[in-house]
Amino acid sequence: MKAPRVGIIGIGQSDYKSRRDDANYPELVREAVALALKDCQRSLEDMEAVVYSLAPDALLGIGNAERLGVDAVGARNKRFMRINTGGSTGISSVAAAHSHIAAGACDIVLVAGADKVGECGDSQTIMNKIWDPIYERSLPLGTITMLAMSALRYMHKYGMTQEDMARVIVKNRAHAALNPRAHLRKETTIEEVMSSRMISWPIKLFDCCPQSSGGCAMVLASEEYIRANNLEAVWITGLAHSSESYYLGDRMGRGYTADHADAHALGESFQRSYKMAGIADPVRQVDVAELYAPFSNTEFHAIEAAGLAPIGRSPQMLKDGEYFKLGGRLPVNPSGGTVCSNPIAVTAMVRVAEAALQVWGRAGAHQVQGAKVAIASGNGGDHQFFGTMVVEA
Amino acid sequence: MQFLKRTENWNITYEHALGETASWFYTKIRDDAEIYGRRCPESGRVLVPPRAFSDQTLAPTTDWVKVGPEGVIEAFTIVYDAFKNLPPPPYAFGYVMLEGADTAIGGYFKGVDLGDPAAAARKLAIGTRVTTRFAKERKGDVLDFWFETV
Repeated sequence: MKAPRVGIIGIGQSDYKSRRDDANYPELVREAVALALKDCQRSLEDMEAVVYSLAPDALLGIGNAERLGVDAVGARNKRFMRINTGGSTGISSVAAAHSHIAAGACDIVLVAGADKVGECGDSQTIMNKIWDPIYERSLPLGTITMLAMSALRYMHKYGMTQEDMARVIVKNRAHAALNPRAHLRKETTIEEVMSSRMISWPIKLFDCCPQSSGGCAMVLASEEYIRANNLEAVWITGLAHSSESYYLGDRMGRGYTADHADAHALGESFQRSYKMAGIADPVRQVDVAELYAPFSNTEFHAIEAAGLAPIGRSPQMLKDGEYFKLGGRLPVNPSGGTVCSNPIAVTAMVRVAEAALQVWGRAGAHQVQGAKVAIASGNGGDHQFFGTMVVEA
Repeated sequence: MQFLKRTENWNITYEHALGETASWFYTKIRDDAEIYGRRCPESGRVLVPPRAFSDQTLAPTTDWVKVGPEGVIEAFTIVYDAFKNLPPPPYAFGYVMLEGADTAIGGYFKGVDLGDPAAAARKLAIGTRVTTRFAKERKGDVLDFWFETV
């Protein structure tokens, strides 16, 4: 199938912070929208559809808050929908905006959202509620414990150490120090990560993402519209999703099709995106990656699912120093990534936005020199929603 | 100007139906302190906890198979930080593949000193043999049983 080309013409990101007491929720969405519209010199009136990026209602504490956001994004009398695929909501929203244009239904679409995770005092209580009330929820499962178990299985299979995990944080904090929008911008050391308090073995405080408030918006348009209006753009050349089965305990034991240690379906998703974009050898063809990884250990299985390292080898490659850092080969998360900023509803949109800024040459101090092909990913649920994209100059 | 805030709280009650398969499973746990899985007729895999259909073949499962009480640890974590509305730390829980089962079921690990995280983690390493212990008073829930190292 040859779909029409869809370009990204505008990007708006607020700064990501612990709290934004100066702006309520729709005001924060509007802030990102205004930045994206200014970026492409368009107005709200120009937008033909709006895709609204909003993760589980309880995190924000407002049921179907896309209703509250409808005026902030100017969606009155327009095609308007809300997307929620948990942590991957943002990239799924960009995919839905892409579909509007690729289907020929619209020429220009706004995708926008915001989150105020810092206003929720019970995020792991809410995350516990994503597990089924029949077999699992009586256990204290949350996103941290779920991914701590993934880290344990990855360690068991491939020999990853806690120092290897710390190295991801040291790398990404150094990147975030160059990104004025990042939430956690203070550089750190392996020793500091290792001595931070134990949360859920083997995950320590510094291995975890922060709870961020902030907004992100993007404007997508058809190639025809972009050419007719003489606009600058970068192009979404590949996109896909893939899901694993539901029960965590089915990804271990005997005869499983995907190991909880890895991100098998993320790999499937990347293969689909690469096929669409014509990428046969990601190590040679990809210049930079923005991979969703809310805990240090998950960056390794994302790198491997993206085909940037052989399975189980990425911790050693990071340790050797040649790979994944800004200035090195195959930089991963030059923005600092999800471990430095996590406004959940838009975190995976930020991955696409940062990938786009890189191939556009507009990433500022965290620019990967000469980047032309970037990849982005988002993970949602407990391995159910893996979204991926290829963005090219 | 001072930016004002408002505190809000959600407290919502649900009464979830467990369905036929889970109801049978929990009745055996409650009344007989026995754990059962369901076999997929196409692959022969025994799913624990039992599902009415297979995650892999997607076929309806058929017969009940008694599993355990021993098994091996497939995943674990030990929590040292307090989360609101979750138990006070420290506690250990994870997933065990019981004898006769092909998948792993979640439960607490008890009887291990959690004072030293690294030492406790060694005692709960993946592959460690455990057995199932049942509470005297059982109500038909995953908290009716837990695992202890053999």
